Amino acid sequence: MSSLKSFIKAVRAAKTMADERAVIQKESAAIRTSFREDFTDSTLRRQNIAKLLYLFTLGERTHFGQIECLKLLATSKFSDKRLGYLGTMLLLDENQEVLTLVTNSLKNDLNHPNQYVVALALCTLGNIASQEMARDLFADVEKLVVTQNQYLRKKAALCAMRIIRKVPELRERFVDKAKSLLGEHHHGVLICGMTLVYDMCAEDPSLIEQFRQYIPSLVRQLKTLTTSGYTPEHDVAGLSDPFLQVKILKLLRVLAKDDPSSAEQMSDILAQVVTNTDSSKNVGNSILYEAVLTILEIDADSGLRVLGISVLGRFLGNKDNNVKYVGLNTLSKVIELEPNAVQRHRTTILDCLHDADISIRRRALDLSFDLIDEHNVRVLIRELLIFLETADSEFKSIMTIQTCIAAEKFAPNKRWHIDTVLRVFKLAGNFASEQIISQFIALVSNTENMHLYTVQKIYLLLRSDITQEALTLAGSWVIGEYGDELLKAGTFEEDEVKHEVNESAVIQIFESIMYSTYATQTVQEYVLDALVKLSTRISDPAQIERVRRLIESQTTALDVEIQQRAVEYSALFGHDEIRRGVLEKMPAAEIREDKKLTVEKKSTKSTASAPVVAKAKTETDILLDLMGGDDDVAPSTAVAGNGDLLSLAGASGFALPTNGKNGSTDVPVSSAAPHSGNNSINDILDLFNTTPQAAAAPISSQAPVVSPMTPSITSPVASQAAPTTATIYTAYNNNGLQITLQPHRDANTPDGVVTILVVFTNTGSELLSNMNFQVAVPKRQHVELRPISSPEIPVGGNASQALRVTAAKGASVRLRLRISFTKGAQDIVDQADFSQFPETLLA
Amino acid sequence: MLQFILVQNRQGKTRLAKYYAPYNDDEKVRLKGEVHRLVAPRDQKYQSNFVEFRNLKIVYRRYAGLFFCACVDADDNELAYLEAIHFFVEVLDTFFGNVCELDLVFNFYKVYAILDEVFLAGEIEETSKPIILHRLEYLDRLE
Repeated sequence: MSSLKSFIKAVRAAKTMADERAVIQKESAAIRTSFREDFTDSTLRRQNIAKLLYLFTLGERTHFGQIECLKLLATSKFSDKRLGYLGTMLLLDENQEVLTLVTNSLKNDLNHPNQYVVALALCTLGNIASQEMARDLFADVEKLVVTQNQYLRKKAALCAMRIIRKVPELRERFVDKAKSLLGEHHHGVLICGMTLVYDMCAEDPSLIEQFRQYIPSLVRQLKTLTTSGYTPEHDVAGLSDPFLQVKILKLLRVLAKDDPSSAEQMSDILAQVVTNTDSSKNVGNSILYEAVLTILEIDADSGLRVLGISVLGRFLGNKDNNVKYVGLNTLSKVIELEPNAVQRHRTTILDCLHDADISIRRRALDLSFDLIDEHNVRVLIRELLIFLETADSEFKSIMTIQTCIAAEKFAPNKRWHIDTVLRVFKLAGNFASEQIISQFIALVSNTENMHLYTVQKIYLLLRSDITQEALTLAGSWVIGEYGDELLKAGTFEEDEVKHEVNESAVIQIFESIMYSTYATQTVQEYVLDALVKLSTRISDPAQIERVRRLIESQTTALDVEIQQRAVEYSALFGHDEIRRGVLEKMPAAEIREDKKLTVEKKSTKSTASAPVVAKAKTETDILLDLMGGDDDVAPSTAVAGNGDLLSLAGASGFALPTNGKNGSTDVPVSSAAPHSGNNSINDILDLFNTTPQAAAAPISSQAPVVSPMTPSITSPVASQAAPTTATIYTAYNNNGLQITLQPHRDANTPDGVVTILVVFTNTGSELLSNMNFQVAVPKRQHVELRPISSPEIPVGGNASQALRVTAAKGASVRLRLRISFTKGAQDIVDQADFSQFPETLLA
Repeated sequence: MLQFILVQNRQGKTRLAKYYAPYNDDEKVRLKGEVHRLVAPRDQKYQSNFVEFRNLKIVYRRYAGLFFCACVDADDNELAYLEAIHFFVEVLDTFFGNVCELDLVFNFYKVYAILDEVFLAGEIEETSKPIILHRLEYLDRLE
């Protein structure tokens, strides 16, 4: 049996991992045998335990030695006891059952005449006490908390903390004892006492009141520490006991929380600490940091808070990365509370974006996005876009989302918004999510006066770079849709350089995208859509032929989706008169609240489950989205190319001669209108996505603006033609009750407000009574309901009610109606959704 | 509060492991590996001494070939714990007289004893170097 030293040497001398394992296993086996054989020799036992602890440090299994440790600590010799306790603390933890065997020895040792033995027992108890031990031994610890011996008192104080954590109901018993510790002069006892008090107050705020009386003495203590000169015992880099200072500040924080008078008492000393502490070393900064945390958490006056934040600002300029890190972390925590004070350090925060340390860059980035508001959005976004150019790729995808959210929230005007998103696409187009792209397309289609600007801009961007996926996707859509405007405007100038535009150049762009190596499947699908749309927007027959050939070249594509589109679009060329109608400009897409960009990590910003679903969306869904559809309709429209076409065509009910999976599209054109049209309209109209199909059906069939070519009620092309004011819409016709809506606006009505007259007509044969009519609108809109003219409607009679909807200018008005009434003896409750008002209602 | 303290060398060999929260054997092995992989490759000059780890933080400092890692709660004062690590190292240094890795290897049980005089129940217990050294000297004499 070798000694500990030779064992360690042997382990270290092992040349390979295998050698080392062999040495360890051999020794481990020897220790086990020795435990089994020898019961008397305490020297041998000590040696074994010492080796066991070495094995523990190496990460070996040591459970077989637990009992031996217990035997060792139960002996009377101090050196044996010491090693026994050490082993117990390391090899056992509160969850081990054998621990109960220690309780008795601990009890004896806590009452031992030798203070060093008591200290060992306290130490063990403090580190590994279980709930059961805490209950059994708290009385002994209680006595030791007030003993004269300072060495034992500090240990007992921390033991008490452990006991209270394990058994909270014992907390009360220690309150008075803890108070006595706060008056102590010995730093060790004081720091342990304060740790105990802090723990009590943090766990049970009702105790705080009792400890508030110690605030003045704590303030005095802190003052002595900050003003006293050199103290050899507790000096750390010229500061007197920084650990104690930090502890006091921490305790003051919990004591003064939500209590202005306590905050008042400590504001002087906090200001002193913040101004006088030397910030050139880490020690000083740790105190400053704690003081700032205290200032920000208590009800300090505004001057002090600004002072606190300026300390954090100074942290950012510090050379030490640790201090910068802490500063950024804390600033991002307090930005909600003190936005203005944090804004002042904007430049320093932006500087940190270029720090060498990635974790600092990451924090600075988060903080920069939090800083953005309507006043600084231009400056900050400019800086962030500069950063985006060189940013680590792991930042790029989150940055694209964050930038677009910020742009959407605070954009000073549409042009800037469009420019910003385009720059994002240009710099990090391969990291932008589909959500951002669809949001951008919605933005463009809704901003009519920017169409030309956008399409010209995109044209330029695509001419110089087709490697950024988001740019090609958005670009394909925009040029496909507004290509005619681009061509009509012809040559344009930007940055004093003339850019020529002609049909061949435009088609050339698509050709090069389609055959480039960057063309993913989605890109090719978008390009096909754009090409077929362009075919109706260009006039030169040669170029139209070129488009046709380009599309045709994809009819043999390996990908089914691309192939299907190509085949369908090629077929469209055979029906020129239909093609124009089908490829009309799309209606302005609706910007939906629940589709707004969200960042998943911030729970406050994310709504519902949209973001997760959105990621997995196919292009079909995006197109449907543009039509104001919903994720949930995707499955019901048989996600396939023909679904796209239907929606592309503005849900105009065109059936295309294809072999699509959706059976309804096989019906010939003439008869398809009511049937397949309804089908897709219902899906698309199913805005609230809870509406039962049955309820939606009557709406569309009853719609007043139905025309054979465009049964789609959402299509503004149709509804624009209809006069907006005098139209009466039927919203409900069931159970002998018909409800009509008549929107009314005139020159005096403010923007975004519409008054709607609701008329209830009894078409049945029984009296309708207790008529109760409720209306709900989407979240961002507001509805006011006047009382009904009469809650009883005789047969053939009618009643009326007015309602007023306030929404953003240009928003579409959608209503959910809830009707309850009594028909004869029967109570009827029903619900209907209505969204057939023209898009231009509020424009 | 401290969850655990690890002292590891650059190869990931653990020289000291002290847990203030209960972890089972497998977790302990995993922790050691994870902490080593997190801390060892970090740049000394350009990176901070704090790493987020699960929902906790690791405050570490490298002395020659040894990493002293303290795992603390997320809302603890990192700078103060960094100073506490340094304080512990200073105590070791004075005790062993210019401490080196081998001192810790051969006298590991003494290191644990010193640790118990500086930290107890995951909190700092004594902040005076002379008091601690005096106590340790006395304890050694009792053996």
